[in-house]
Amino acid sequence: MTIQDMVRVLNAHVLLGEDKLSTPVYTACCSDLMSDVLAFVDEKTVLITGLTNPHVVRTSEMLDLKCLVFVRGKVPNEEILESAAEQDLVVITTKATAFTACGLLYQEGLRGVPVPLEWDSED
Amino acid sequence: MAMMELMKAVYPVEAADYTSAGSASADIKRRLKKLGITGDVLRRVAVASYEVELNLVIHSLGGELDLVVYPEYVQLVSSDRGPGIPDLSLAMREGWSTANDEARSLGFGAGMGLPNMKRNADEFDIQSTVGVGTNITMRFRLA
Repeated sequence: MTIQDMVRVLNAHVLLGEDKLSTPVYTACCSDLMSDVLAFVDEKTVLITGLTNPHVVRTSEMLDLKCLVFVRGKVPNEEILESAAEQDLVVITTKATAFTACGLLYQEGLRGVPVPLEWDSED
Repeated sequence: MAMMELMKAVYPVEAADYTSAGSASADIKRRLKKLGITGDVLRRVAVASYEVELNLVIHSLGGELDLVVYPEYVQLVSSDRGPGIPDLSLAMREGWSTANDEARSLGFGAGMGLPNMKRNADEFDIQSTVGVGTNITMRFRLA
């Protein structure tokens, strides 16, 4: 799907990057824990989060993420949006909760970023 | 003969400066990109640098990041003025964290920082003395 499809599925508002909505997306991750995002994400993906502080954008910058989806109708402040704009990030916001947003996108074919699913033998 | 330095930069990092945490790493990423470093190596340096910078802000009494780019590798050294890590093997364990509530409210302190630095760097070395400080040296091969 494209970011435009995500906007439709989530009934989202586009806060930034109107000109980049045709960008294709294949995977996403959902977390409020930037530590985990930094540790497990290694591709240019979409981050779905309820956290609206400058470190969400910083984390996206370090990982070259394509798009930020804020859930529960959250809108980050101007300063955060400005720094997202500097990195050409697409930023959208949806009224859906994180769980529902993920479910809707999964139903449309979006998948999680690949992370190891097997338990280590010592676990 | 000493190896040629293609670029060198020093970034002081203040303790508990949560607002500008990450600005050194953002600058490091921009400079490396300008040198023509891209893709996987650039992303690994960026992630490890951001993690180590956050650690300085969250855990240290202040310190600095030293970046040196050689033809063969990127070297990032973090050194701080304390407090030092009492048990390094515990600190290296995934999920172990002593981060405060402020760091956690920003989405950090999951105990992934040090293991994630080690995973991203080609060479990783950590030395710590309680009451003195911690030094972390990371190298990322360019060739």
